[in-house]
Amino acid sequence: MSERASVRKEDEQTETDEEQAPVTTGAQSVVRALENAGAEYIFGVQGGAIMPVYDALYDSDITHVTMAHEQGASHAADAYGIVSGEPGVCFATSGPGATNLVTGIADANMDSDPMIALTGQVPTEFVGNDAFQETDTVGITQPVTKESYFASHSDTVGDDVSEAFALADAGRQGPTLVDLPKDITQGETDVEPKAPETPDTYEVPEEADDEAVQEAAEVLSDAERPVILAGGGVIKANASNALREFATEYEIPVITTMPGIGSFPEDHELSLEWAGMHGTGYANLAITNTDCMLAIGTRFDDRLTGGVDSFAPDADVIHVDIDPAEISKNIYADHPLIGDARQVLRQLFDAMPRAPDADEWREQCQTWKAEYPMSYDTPDDEPLKPQYVVEHFSDVTDDDTIVCTGVGQHQMWASQFWEFTEPRTWVSSHGLGTMGYGVPAAIGAKLAAPDQEVVCFDGDGSFLMTVQGLSVAVREQLDITYVVLNNEAVGMVRQWQDGFYEGRRMASEYPWIPQFDKLAEAFGAAGFRLEDYENVEETIAAARDYDGPSVIDAHIDPGENVFPMVPSGGDNGLFALNEDHLDEI
Amino acid sequence: MPGPAPHDRMRPEGRRNSQGIRVDPEAEATHEPRQAVLSALVKHRPGVLAEVSGLFSRRQFNIESLTVGPTSDDSIARMTILIEEPRPGIEQAKKQLQKLVPVVSVMELEPEALRRELALIKVGGEKPDDVNAVAEMYDGQAVDASTDSVTVEITGSKQKIDAAVEAFEQFDVQEIVRTGAAALERGPKTLEKHD
Ligand SMILES: Cc1ncc(C[n+]2csc(CCOP(=O)(O)OP(=O)(O)O)c2C)c(N)n1
Repeated sequence: MSERASVRKEDEQTETDEEQAPVTTGAQSVVRALENAGAEYIFGVQGGAIMPVYDALYDSDITHVTMAHEQGASHAADAYGIVSGEPGVCFATSGPGATNLVTGIADANMDSDPMIALTGQVPTEFVGNDAFQETDTVGITQPVTKESYFASHSDTVGDDVSEAFALADAGRQGPTLVDLPKDITQGETDVEPKAPETPDTYEVPEEADDEAVQEAAEVLSDAERPVILAGGGVIKANASNALREFATEYEIPVITTMPGIGSFPEDHELSLEWAGMHGTGYANLAITNTDCMLAIGTRFDDRLTGGVDSFAPDADVIHVDIDPAEISKNIYADHPLIGDARQVLRQLFDAMPRAPDADEWREQCQTWKAEYPMSYDTPDDEPLKPQYVVEHFSDVTDDDTIVCTGVGQHQMWASQFWEFTEPRTWVSSHGLGTMGYGVPAAIGAKLAAPDQEVVCFDGDGSFLMTVQGLSVAVREQLDITYVVLNNEAVGMVRQWQDGFYEGRRMASEYPWIPQFDKLAEAFGAAGFRLEDYENVEETIAAARDYDGPSVIDAHIDPGENVFPMVPSGGDNGLFALNEDHLDEI
Repeated sequence: MPGPAPHDRMRPEGRRNSQGIRVDPEAEATHEPRQAVLSALVKHRPGVLAEVSGLFSRRQFNIESLTVGPTSDDSIARMTILIEEPRPGIEQAKKQLQKLVPVVSVMELEPEALRRELALIKVGGEKPDDVNAVAEMYDGQAVDASTDSVTVEITGSKQKIDAAVEAFEQFDVQEIVRTGAAALERGPKTLEKHD
């Protein structure tokens, strides 16, 4: 369990001794289990089957945040998990409540975000009868959770929740779910839930095998063109500092994956920023030409690798991961090191016989940085460029500002043109690529880190999908700045249609979207409209100054596309810098 | 100052195969599919079969057969799963299986492991003696007979049962049920149980 959770637990323990009343129902033991595990917030929506649990929550110190839609509850819990490192908790009732949670659960599963979902279920005697608001929630969610539990007894329902909570946090983090039939939560029990503990069949490796570490260290030391590829697992394992120490001591260039953004400071000389479909040209060239890759906490997603045949084809791969099933799943690992990323980095640090002799390679990487800078055109007469908005925002904020996004072009611009230097400041939907993630994620992120500034870059399409979440941000008076990079289109789709479907823009243009500044005002948030370069500074300043949620409806150049680009399944080294290159590759 | 265009950039010679393995230009290693017998101990509780079979279908592992049954420990069941995959696929299937929470342990059995399948074959009852004779050839026996039908039980390897089924075809086969393989390692080796 993370530090914060255990501190809370101790605090509560002292209170417990004096005043905690014994549990009398299954629902109370569910809530007690969450309290014991250190849950601070629950994101949810009420409903018949989950009502007994809500009733028990009435007497708890855990803060419940009522969401406008269950999808928002699971995304908010997910983002809370990313930012705090501890499982976020979401609640939903049976049937439609539970199915609405599923997108967020699947999202958390793909990105290994710690999260626990509790769903109401019809009473046990009706299960299987197609009762009102019944769905097979365990069956639906099993493929997208670490484990889904069906609570079968009032005496043990608290233990189920404790175990699910611990499991969400242990090893490779991820979502778990407990389905709670109403009779089980209503049922009487005086059994206190056990302390959070993972199931006995779940083993988490800690340190990697010493001999394997030694071998890997030799190979890395002998490399002429070494790189480190840092994935989201580095952040999850709180290994960012260990990574910085390792990379700077042995002077190895660092590339991150997109979920790994923030694991290594992008302003560092050794940073090549991130690789993949829309990653930097220099990162993709380094990936292609490396002869030894130390890959840490990455699952080699196809948006990163492009076609596997052209992925780091000369490289010995040293793969550090806590999940043995990730080893050689997509990219064969010559040297698998199974263990916690932070521990293994320490082991490797000590095992390195010498620093790789790679002066020339580092110079080459710097040359690429100069040859393929991240840039865009900003002639005065052109409509506003989204990249400029992101870049300016990044310039005026602190390093620990948290950036959330929806999914699409705006997500790519945010990741490309914001300068990330701290872990847990980049909150986005990677593996599942869920439009609508941004609005509720920003809510979860803000509650997890109330002292940090939170900005959400969203697309008009994504924003519309979960805009109702604004009502929650207003009610909770959350100081979030939403920036809708408005191109009146689902821009990423339109970009592909222009590039790969002869410009046949089927169902991708949205000239009928509402005025988001007015919409924001209708919700009780502050609304701003931004159209010109001259107003960027003052509009962003005004939105940031506003104490509460604000929305900037930024009308950007609808013709702007995302580059560099590696087409799906393509060769990372052949990234396109513009439309013309696409025809060449 | 955009750098060189796509095909003018520095790039290495090598490549990887579809499984992400670096291709040694001399050895051009490819991995042919082979049959593997995975044996798993799992917590004996509702839903575990769905969990395991769901894993195999969503990961696109090609299951040949899957059998489940109790063990001497009431809380543990044993599954025998035959899959046909290239080596990396078999490794991946094992690891994914091990990852499921109710799975206690997983092992791939040696090729020489004991493998048995059971078949019940119901054929027309016109020539009971001939049916019996064929059954004996395959160490089987008639376990039920009526005026219209005879049902024969056969145990053995998959090949033996395939052969028997073929031999019975002469008698107007009415119904067949086969269990899929159950398998155990030869010698003293056993699957680890958790404490
Ligand atoms: C829920 C969901 N539906 C559809 C998609 C497919 N999709 C991927 S990007 C994209 C366009 C996103 O448009 P918008 O949010 O306006 O952002 P933009 O690309 O214009 O910046 C779409 C439709 C998706 N990722 N998620």
